[in-house]
Amino acid sequence: MALLEVRDLSVVFQRRGEEPFIAVDGVSFDVEPGQTVGLVGESGCGKSVTSLAIMGLLPKRGAKITGTVKYDGTDLLKLSDREMRDRRGRDLGMVFQDPLSSLNPVVPIGLQVSEVLERHRGMPRKEAMIEAKDLLDKVGIPDPNRRLKEYPHQLSGGMRQRALIAIALACRPKLLIADEPTTALDVTIQAQILSLMKELVQDLGTALVMITHDLGVVAGLCDEVNVLYGGKVVEKAMRHKLFAEPRHPYTHGLLASIPRLDAEPGEKLTPIKGSVADNIPWSQGCAFAPRCPNALDVCVQVTPAEEDQLGRLLRCHNPVVPGTPAAEEVPV
Amino acid sequence: MSETLVSVQDMKVHFPIKRGVFIDRTVGYVYAVDGVDLEIKRGETYGLVGESGCGKSTLGRAMLRLNEPTAGKMVFDGQDFSTLKGEELRKMRRRIQMVFQDPLSSLDPRQSVESILVEGLRAHGLDKGKESTSKRLRELLSAVGLPASALRKYPHEFSGGQRQRIGIARALALEPDLIVADEPVSALDVSVQAQVVNLMEELQEQFGLTYLVIAHDLAVVKHISDRVGVMYLGGLVEEATAEDLYAEPLHPYTRALLSAIPVPDPVVEDRRERILLAGDLPSPANPPTGCRFHTRCPWRQASRCDTERPALRELKPGHKVACHWAEQIQSGEIQPHEVKPILVEENDGLSPDVPLVGPASVTEALNP
Repeated sequence: MALLEVRDLSVVFQRRGEEPFIAVDGVSFDVEPGQTVGLVGESGCGKSVTSLAIMGLLPKRGAKITGTVKYDGTDLLKLSDREMRDRRGRDLGMVFQDPLSSLNPVVPIGLQVSEVLERHRGMPRKEAMIEAKDLLDKVGIPDPNRRLKEYPHQLSGGMRQRALIAIALACRPKLLIADEPTTALDVTIQAQILSLMKELVQDLGTALVMITHDLGVVAGLCDEVNVLYGGKVVEKAMRHKLFAEPRHPYTHGLLASIPRLDAEPGEKLTPIKGSVADNIPWSQGCAFAPRCPNALDVCVQVTPAEEDQLGRLLRCHNPVVPGTPAAEEVPV
Repeated sequence: MSETLVSVQDMKVHFPIKRGVFIDRTVGYVYAVDGVDLEIKRGETYGLVGESGCGKSTLGRAMLRLNEPTAGKMVFDGQDFSTLKGEELRKMRRRIQMVFQDPLSSLDPRQSVESILVEGLRAHGLDKGKESTSKRLRELLSAVGLPASALRKYPHEFSGGQRQRIGIARALALEPDLIVADEPVSALDVSVQAQVVNLMEELQEQFGLTYLVIAHDLAVVKHISDRVGVMYLGGLVEEATAEDLYAEPLHPYTRALLSAIPVPDPVVEDRRERILLAGDLPSPANPPTGCRFHTRCPWRQASRCDTERPALRELKPGHKVACHWAEQIQSGEIQPHEVKPILVEENDGLSPDVPLVGPASVTEALNP
């Protein structure tokens, strides 16, 4: 059985007097111990909301969550707040995008790391501080003894992100969710953090859910990739398969629109036309249809179902035939 | 007409660090740009890359004199731009336009698109009658791929990519020779990024524009640029054509930078060898002596690196590098070694020998 089983997870935001907004629409995926699963998509595709729903961090009011999130057999969505608090930080760790706003600015780093150990493992402060020092050392923060007493603003962006990873890993959680952990960082620092996460996952056997918009990061790190569009998984496959043969027009278009470092000179980019604002609701058909070069009449009438094609899940009426170049740009 | 449009000579921008409420004392400088020479040819795209804090944006702004350079000059089309004053400067600015990173904060939310575009035309006396202006506006919008109905709308009614198109139309309105684009696509989603990149390339062909593109994303810069300059801590470390730079990076920093960029292809990713740089970017207020990169360089040598600042020298035609040991590194004579990360002080680089006179804030002054 998988460590984390997400089934039909939906999140609907409903504000009084407004149309309900479906942020996540029936997302399902599994994460095995030691495995890295990627959730990729552009802004507004529901990837962050998915992670917040798993962690139970969405507000009780206004957000309606349905489906099941089974962690080691127990449904996290059915747990009380108190039970969930016991799990967060101990079984489930999370690393957020912006380390400055997720660390407490008025509490020294050392205390923020040891706090987790005191709360979940019942360690006395002194012992927890020693452990905290080891953790900072392990995530590659130089001179950890001094850093323990320092405040977040005294650290650089990369060091803050390392501290955040140290906090998330303090209790050796079996599952780590990383929400755009390197987006706020420079590329050379990003490379450091990614190799650190890779190492930790290998050493500790942690299952990792990696949420990012960067297909390059996914290509290097994830075992299985879920491509999200408008709140639904449109394509899911193992990474080699997905990148070698993207079948969904969205995945295909996304890959064709990224400038690659190893591209031939003079190679043209093929953007996807329009923007996310052009989406139609999933209930009317395929949300991507208005931007899709492969769209048929059926695409705006019938919602495409998820089909299993030899280890690849695909939600499309007219998938890309392997080997076709990206469609020429249609003037907007 | 000479081939060179822009020539920047030994440009320096130092920002003073001030302390004290009653006595305004300068206690140090942030060496944002520290001696940069570069040339941009007519009709080419020059890409300037580097990580945050390397001074690439400041350099771009200093060239337009949005920040006054501390030293050095910029010669634009044979004229010394840095000594121009008043009306002459204002007139010259028509020929150099800028596109900013965040299209929402660089467009006035209370101005309609029409008024945004007309403002520049008026200021430079290009607004000749209602008829011709409205024709010009239509041309501009169709050039950047927006419908004519956009004129009466306001910036918030557009998506990110469309807003960036308005920003580009605004820059185009004055028929400039040079467009300085500071991170033109980094705020956009990838699928939209490509639209704007392609648009910029089309406009260049159509109007014969010269671009200076400032960005942190080496893949985007490589795609759009003819020549690329890599900056590190206020100085250029390498300059070459886009293909040469990628095929044969000579500076250790460029090598590390290139190896750090993820490629969306698992086959390539699995095979690649990463050069991981130790530690963080040192503070530009307290830059390392000698070569700015020696504190993180895996190829650092015992001599020269920490004492002598390498000058940018031409190793091959059109390929310049600022490294003492570039030849030896390239031939494999010098091998990379482990680097221990050193602590980067985040104290604004105030050297300890400068006594801090006077209170640092009002609270400190009131409660001594």
